Amino acid sequence: MGVVQLQFSKTQKVRLHKAKESLSSKMNSDSLVTVADSIHVNHEDGVLKGHGTADLDGQVVATLCGTVERVNKLIYVRGLGSRYKPEVGDIVIGRVIEVDQKFWRLDINCNRNAYLMLSAMNMPDGVQRRRTALDELNMRGIFEEADLICAEVRGLSHDDIHLHARSKKYGKIYAVLQLSTGQMVMVSPYLVKRQKQHFHHLEEHGIDLIIGCNGLIWVGEHVKVKDEMEYQVNLTEPAHKKEEKNDTRREYICRAANAIRLLSTLGFSITLEVIKGVVDLSQSLNLEIHDMLGSEFCVLVAEKEAERRSSNKRKQ
Amino acid sequence: MEYVSPEGLRLDGRRPMEMRQIRAEIGAVSKADGSAVFEMGNTKVIAAVYGPREVQNRSQQLSDKALVRCEYNMANFSTGDRMRKPKGDRRSTEISLVIRQTLEECILTHLMPRSQIDIYVQVLQADGGTRSACINAATLALADAGIPMRDLVTSCSAGYLNSTPLLDLNYVEDSAGGPDVTVGILPKLDKVTLLQMDSKLPIDILENVIQLATEGCKAIANYIREILLENTKELEYRRGS
Repeated sequence: MGVVQLQFSKTQKVRLHKAKESLSSKMNSDSLVTVADSIHVNHEDGVLKGHGTADLDGQVVATLCGTVERVNKLIYVRGLGSRYKPEVGDIVIGRVIEVDQKFWRLDINCNRNAYLMLSAMNMPDGVQRRRTALDELNMRGIFEEADLICAEVRGLSHDDIHLHARSKKYGKIYAVLQLSTGQMVMVSPYLVKRQKQHFHHLEEHGIDLIIGCNGLIWVGEHVKVKDEMEYQVNLTEPAHKKEEKNDTRREYICRAANAIRLLSTLGFSITLEVIKGVVDLSQSLNLEIHDMLGSEFCVLVAEKEAERRSSNKRKQ
Repeated sequence: MEYVSPEGLRLDGRRPMEMRQIRAEIGAVSKADGSAVFEMGNTKVIAAVYGPREVQNRSQQLSDKALVRCEYNMANFSTGDRMRKPKGDRRSTEISLVIRQTLEECILTHLMPRSQIDIYVQVLQADGGTRSACINAATLALADAGIPMRDLVTSCSAGYLNSTPLLDLNYVEDSAGGPDVTVGILPKLDKVTLLQMDSKLPIDILENVIQLATEGCKAIANYIREILLENTKELEYRRGS
């Protein structure tokens, strides 16, 4: 995913293989199916066929490659590597591809484009009121084509995906986050797990990390979004004051982004802890940023991950 | 010309019922949603699948099912004599159509209304049986992209030369001008989705030849299934529970 194929030396191959072995030893492969495999079910209990399954002469057959999940009567196949399937409440990152009369159309790496209605977002001035024709005319002033936007899935009606971009919970408008200095990394959506918190603010580094459920991950400089005025002031601050701080910050951004890229090539699930772990590892080794994508570090991370998982297992 | 020696060996040393060596690899194109390389002997094909995604041309949008598009392309360097063929010549248009129709049959398009699936197949080395190899590669790529399918489609060709049915013709045998039957099947459902033949064949022999090609398809299906399971396992293990 976005990274060129790595060339491994012989010892590295052996080590990688060993790490993989240790990862695979803790899993059972009984529930794995490929397309058109029949799934064993007990018909006496009654069966509800979910996603990824189909009926063939009374048999339940998988239509995807993945793992079979069973919840009471429901049987479904959780596919790997498919496009993002939106669920209500997911936090996603998308790119504006069209500004329409009353809504923006966003590409969120899904089957279809998503809509962000003008009425479903807080206005920049923070005033609650009806949206007027003037607001519609000024929509480009809020988001333009090719802007990156973070929003929440509001609902799925028919086949349309609607987003909203207001949050009272955090008391700030995270949707109107005009993303600034930073990097966007794209990973397979199945690597991102839904969690309580998808916005992370690493205070010690002054960095925002937004892990979108749709596999788009933003690593960037922390932006204060509480108050539009404050944000403006911050930007106009004399540049030389921040210069030194910015260098370490930018380095951290690059490291975090490369850590995510590496985890995505290795196919490990991506959480804040894992990303932090990889960055810390690279810093403790005094590794150059570009060396983080090299084969040696890749093997090292795989070994660390295998170790971490086995120690987690023991604790339980 | 003699295509089967008195000892029962073909020009490349195979037995009449023997297939060429097959090899498949998933995930060859990093930016695609799903991709695969498929090799049958010296024939090598790469396939990439994009989607399901928003329909690019809105007038083509279908409200009840997904739009499937397919583009077949032969690299200039794929044949013995380097030829510059114009894009969209009759042969490649026909094969694109054939591949599209075969795959559309197995994709559950009704689950993805108003979206579009693009399949790109490119022949890197041509040594006979390119359309079979393309279909096999595309199936793998579709499965890799996590697109729901009724069944895996697999395809294989068979011919009839020197009064012997031959499985999986290579370029020399293909250009002998004899009958060449390409079969595509859904192995689990036991259904035929593709049947094409060049030249003529008596009806009683045709059945034998089709049977032979079907056996070849099943062998390929088993191999593809193995590869897919291996890939799924790998991904699942790496991700962790």
